[in-house]
Amino acid sequence: MALRISKFRVATPVFCIFISPMQVIRSSPVYDVVVIGSGAGGGTVVKVLTDLGVNVALLEAGPMLNPARDFKEHMWPYQFEHRTAGEKGEYYFGRQKGFGFFSAAQGDWQLDGEPYTTGEGSQFLWFRSRVIGGRTNHYGRISLRFSDYDFKPHSFDGLGTDWPISYDDIAPYYDKAESFIGVTGTKEGLRTAPDGVFQPPPAPRVHEVLIKKACDRLNIPCIPSRMAILTKALNGRPACHYCGQCGRGCIPASNYSSSQVQIFPAMKSGRLKIVTGAMARELITDPSGKVTAVSYVDVNTRQEKRIRCRTVVLAASAMESTRLLLNSKGPRHPAGLANSSGVVGKYLTDNVGFGMSAYIPALEGMPKHDSDGFGGMHMYVPWWLIEDKQKGFPRGYHIEIGGGYGMPGLGSFYGVCRNHEGYGTALKKEIRRVYGNTVSLSGRGEMIPNDKSYMDIDPNVVDRFGIPVPRFHFAWSDYEIRQARHMAETFKAIFETMGGSVLGPSNPAREPGGISIGGTIIHELGTVRMGNDPKTSALNKYCQAHDVKNLFVADAAPFLTNPDKNPTLTIVALAWRTAEYLAEELRKSNV
Amino acid sequence: MSRRTRRQILREIALAALSAPIPLQSAQHVHRAAAEVKKKTSGVYKPRLFTPLEWAALRRLAGLIIPADEVSKGALEAGAPEFIDLLCSNNEELAAIYTGGLAWLDRQMENRHGTVFAEAKPEHQTSMLDLIAYRKNMSPDLGPGIRFFEWARRMVVDAFYTSPIGIKDVGYTGNKGQPTFHVPAAAIDYALKRSGLE
Repeated sequence: MALRISKFRVATPVFCIFISPMQVIRSSPVYDVVVIGSGAGGGTVVKVLTDLGVNVALLEAGPMLNPARDFKEHMWPYQFEHRTAGEKGEYYFGRQKGFGFFSAAQGDWQLDGEPYTTGEGSQFLWFRSRVIGGRTNHYGRISLRFSDYDFKPHSFDGLGTDWPISYDDIAPYYDKAESFIGVTGTKEGLRTAPDGVFQPPPAPRVHEVLIKKACDRLNIPCIPSRMAILTKALNGRPACHYCGQCGRGCIPASNYSSSQVQIFPAMKSGRLKIVTGAMARELITDPSGKVTAVSYVDVNTRQEKRIRCRTVVLAASAMESTRLLLNSKGPRHPAGLANSSGVVGKYLTDNVGFGMSAYIPALEGMPKHDSDGFGGMHMYVPWWLIEDKQKGFPRGYHIEIGGGYGMPGLGSFYGVCRNHEGYGTALKKEIRRVYGNTVSLSGRGEMIPNDKSYMDIDPNVVDRFGIPVPRFHFAWSDYEIRQARHMAETFKAIFETMGGSVLGPSNPAREPGGISIGGTIIHELGTVRMGNDPKTSALNKYCQAHDVKNLFVADAAPFLTNPDKNPTLTIVALAWRTAEYLAEELRKSNV
Repeated sequence: MSRRTRRQILREIALAALSAPIPLQSAQHVHRAAAEVKKKTSGVYKPRLFTPLEWAALRRLAGLIIPADEVSKGALEAGAPEFIDLLCSNNEELAAIYTGGLAWLDRQMENRHGTVFAEAKPEHQTSMLDLIAYRKNMSPDLGPGIRFFEWARRMVVDAFYTSPIGIKDVGYTGNKGQPTFHVPAAAIDYALKRSGLE
């Protein structure tokens, strides 16, 4: 072996030139914009900037995505000897990956060698998908505009802090986002669920018709869901083929993912350089305080590298962007970059989550049919008690609906095994009788920022790249706990109105005590907030750092509220606005 | 030698990947073909982990948990014992649950009926299961059996209903994709009438 190596070296002397890191930096190109992270925020910034003729480099910690190879669309469990339990039966010991074997998530709640910690008394879970497209490859595609009062919470009820922008500022960007990615829905004229640019929604499934009727009786609105899934072809992407498997990833790209809808097309522009396997470690600044380069670790070689930039956009996910700022310390910014206010890491929120399921006897014996539809609900319940001051908690929640004849999978009939017990033909008959008759409701509600919930850097722990890791501190207040109880009462009322019998909480492990563990709704955000006052905020109204003019944030870190509307659509709209502003500032040479 | 070159075939595959219905069909075709090949090449299954006596007991147990009936075949035809053997052969924790549980079952059967589970009379086998298939019988004597049976029932049910036989049994007709989403009016009428929400 030794002989072979020496032979190779002798034969290829050209590879034996050594270059010092400084030489690499001096000779390397300077990109107009370096974007860190390729999810909803990063994908949008890349799309908008390359369309406007700007040269962009995109850093992604994970690998390139190859949908045809990576997505498990249309596969059956029996195509695998382990039936999706994993070669070692990981499923049966709660050790399966992320959202199960079929999910497109190339990520998990825990990543090998990349830990995070929690403060004393705190519980918090953090889902990361390290791959081009990030969590948009597998997310729920629920696309809800924030309401006018979601941008002005303090003016609305005295709690929280108003955004430096209003609904009217962002509305044109919601239009652009919806027109481009494609969102279903209907015009309803509700203040709690502002209308947008919609594609026609699909027909409701049978259980959704029942829930709508039950809600009508209870004076609760139930309307077609707003999902980033095409029902009509758009920009060369075909309409949905209704296999119900959006979470596995859609090879024809009929649903939105930043990878397939924004990044792959941008690669054809000739203005996008993608660096995969690049784990950003620190932002490098010059004496004037401007960012000049991003220092990152090549995850495959563990080599430290740098990429030079005129401007930088952080879109690494709210928590990773926060971590990067806090880890970028210098003599002029000892508390981290863009953090002279000291707010970076504060105001961490997730959505309030609670789910319940029920058995619906009305569905028993119904003619079986293909109810796959979208990957997700066709109908949903927007918040409706905006005027009610007596309910005991501020703001509100929306309700998501689950049910139908799902593809049988591991665990589909645990409920029957547990409740019916026994064995033999009786068990088989019982499974046949109850299949498809269970319906679930899940609430997703607003958390008010509080002093006990924040992210900082663990002083004692680094990851496998030597980068100090996040430490999460998290506590629900009585507001959220009372809201989750209200969800339970509402769900029970809806189920009973349709003649159902409540089976209980649908996810007791993740929602102990009737409320989700922080982070598990995967809407964690708010830790690099915007504002007009540099003393109380890190970013201005264009998500540009007050302290560092060539630094922008384009994920959900700038948000001041985390309302009863999933954040992704607002990430896309806000990132779109930020990218247009950035392009204009570059053109004027202001940054 | 076919006149189609490798390059042509690759181009056809790439074209097929651009339109939704074709990959569906071709994917299903590939899976069917793979299943056929497997069927032809596999003879009598040789367990990776279980001894012949354990294997006989596991097969009998699977057949009792999900037997064939007038609607469909049972767990044996659906490959449940093979599924359990595969996972146990890769997971010591799971293997211990099954080897331990099957041994417990054999000792109980010997004490009660003088023979191991696999070789016992059918009525003795079912009278044992009638005890361990219900939590209400939980006692120091039966506890290990009840816990083991919960594992066996879970995994036999999983294996059966993730097989083509089980999927057909419950009547799941999806995973095929369709140009529009349609809900039969008869199904809506049926559920509305029964719900009292009309």
